Amino acid sequence: MPGNEVIQGLGLDDYKYGFVTDSEPVFRTRPGLDAEIVEQISARKDEPEWMLKRRLKALRIYESKPMPKWGGDLSELEDTLRQTYFYVKPQEQMERSWDDVPENIKETFERLGIPEAERKILAGVGAQYDSEMVYHSLKEEWEAKGVIFDSIEDGLKNHPELFRKHFGTVIPAADNKFAALNSAVWSGGSFVYIPPGVELETPLQAYFRVNQERLGQFERTLIIAGEGSRAHYIEGCTAPVYSTDSFHSGVIEIIVNRDAYFRYTTIQNWSNNMYNLVTQRALVHQGAHMEWLDGNLGSKLTMKYPSCYLMGEGAHGEILSIAYAGDGQHQDTGGKVIHVAPHTSSSIVSKSISKGTGRSSYRGLCKVYDGATNARSNVECDALLINETSRTDTFPYIEIDEKSATVGHEATVSKIGAEQLFYLMSRGMDEAEAMALIVRGFIEPIAKELPLEYAVELNRLIEMEMEGSVG
Amino acid sequence: MDDAPILKVAGLRAKVADEDLEILKGVDLAIKPGEIHAIMGPNGSGKSTLAKVIAGHPAYEPTGGSVYFRGEDLLDMEPDERARAGVFMAFQYPVEIPGVSIANFLRTALQTRLEDGEELDLFDFQELLMERMEQLEMDPSFAQRPVNDGFSGGEKKRNEILQMAVLKPALAVMDETDSGLDIDALKIVANGVNTLRRESPDKSVLLITHYQRILNHIIPDVVHVIVNGRIVESGGPEVALELEARGYEEYRKAHAA
Repeated sequence: MPGNEVIQGLGLDDYKYGFVTDSEPVFRTRPGLDAEIVEQISARKDEPEWMLKRRLKALRIYESKPMPKWGGDLSELEDTLRQTYFYVKPQEQMERSWDDVPENIKETFERLGIPEAERKILAGVGAQYDSEMVYHSLKEEWEAKGVIFDSIEDGLKNHPELFRKHFGTVIPAADNKFAALNSAVWSGGSFVYIPPGVELETPLQAYFRVNQERLGQFERTLIIAGEGSRAHYIEGCTAPVYSTDSFHSGVIEIIVNRDAYFRYTTIQNWSNNMYNLVTQRALVHQGAHMEWLDGNLGSKLTMKYPSCYLMGEGAHGEILSIAYAGDGQHQDTGGKVIHVAPHTSSSIVSKSISKGTGRSSYRGLCKVYDGATNARSNVECDALLINETSRTDTFPYIEIDEKSATVGHEATVSKIGAEQLFYLMSRGMDEAEAMALIVRGFIEPIAKELPLEYAVELNRLIEMEMEGSVG
Repeated sequence: MDDAPILKVAGLRAKVADEDLEILKGVDLAIKPGEIHAIMGPNGSGKSTLAKVIAGHPAYEPTGGSVYFRGEDLLDMEPDERARAGVFMAFQYPVEIPGVSIANFLRTALQTRLEDGEELDLFDFQELLMERMEQLEMDPSFAQRPVNDGFSGGEKKRNEILQMAVLKPALAVMDETDSGLDIDALKIVANGVNTLRRESPDKSVLLITHYQRILNHIIPDVVHVIVNGRIVESGGPEVALELEARGYEEYRKAHAA
């Protein structure tokens, strides 16, 4: 397959997906952001009046909120935002089949292995190219079960009542500055509805990339898991290398209804000039089970704390995250669990790796409200430092208003030791291979939860990252 | 049999890397293919240092002399190059590698011995691993455990022997592998070494030990006594027996620094 040759031709020292496909956008807004631009976006999408009003209101909230002073360094972000194109539309139509996708876009997908993935059991790939879904297929089996897996735009168009009932209920625009920004300019993302009692064996997958310089990508995803349903959604994305800072700020809202099970997996590998500020949150109702599996690689700064609001008795939330901070990168990640109801339980397992001058911070919140009797929560965060210059911090916030709650927190920091390296080298591995094996072992408890092809991809990325760490 | 030594150590001197403390003060040693040499010595005599210098441990720095392995200058090679060339050291204190299974670890180690672009056949590997574990009386589930993580002392040593049996080195250096083992574990270790030698009679072994008892199970061709950084006596298995009877005291007095 030609795509694979192209990837191999890039050489392992390069950022693997750091290539640019020459594609002309059909339409884009001028750089910067104001009400006129929001109106243009809404008009382009042919949206109902209520959505335009929501967007404009969100814009006002965004403008009124100050830049956060905590987490990472956002001092250069204002400049970046002034140059950002907030909306880029690559082509007019949603594509129905692979044959209709233009060649240059196909090429990008081929390089990313999309068709290959599809030939395997990964049917149902929804791929986002710039701000729109251009190619989206859904298994017939799912359609027969009443599952909706659409672009967010089609979700609004085709299922207006369901959409309006849930949109913005998990993460209101006023939640934080970037949630407000996303609510004003959102474009692209998925709309998923799993009817009550429906169980999906094969994960729903969306794969997207940002491919326009200075394009801010503001994907918005809304997922509703019906009572007693079971499903797994996977999102993986990767961006090309550009010289100026890019910006990504997504909002993911998930509603897990009574006794449902939902898992959301993300592997994000951004180029190292990207600001990645994402709000993702799930409302977990009685007896339901939510899992976030979150992998963050690359970017200049990532601030991302998947959360579970445990609203109903017996609800369970799990957050598993891996962060990798390379030279000059800052991963400020973690998780939030909010216990509102009795007998709710949660677990956060966070693993971070810092290399070179990379910095990883665990930032987490465990909150137990009065009346959430017998709530249980456990937090474990482990950091691995590769070099002397690498850095890690832990910021665990724990707020307990309920006497019968049980909350545990455990944190470890380890370094790759000379003795460990020598042991592996004495078995024939060179220093980079030895480091990669130690790192793989470190993240194994989380990697084993990933679908095989993602675990393989993650391991390959780490091997490539370790190649430059020696000496 | 080829009479050229597989390992030739001449006038080897070495010190602790960040200090001026010299530990090896001129060691001479020649091991021919198929020979088993035992090095015995009291605590602090330099016997473990010799093993580590041969394997390329970064905590020690050679300051003089030479080590040639199959005609190649070993001191000029990185530890991983030495391993791929056929030198194996069984560690006295094996290191934990959390999250990495023994099977995965050994597969990775074998893969490094192949040419670029060549892939290890996983079925062959699995077969080899299972055969070796059976020979060493190990439960197959052992291969799925993370390397040395939470292992008892005996399990760690058995894991070293398993690695040796799978990697089939031309020269195995056993750094006090027998210390701290009960008699059953000792027999398993000896069985591993003897099996390797039975299959490939040209494999060589350098056995570093404090005690004579392992030499009841692995019969050496040559026994050396090392005291204060120098080999002070070499001979047949009888040397070990004499040493066991008389102790190290006599040597220590005669070769005090």
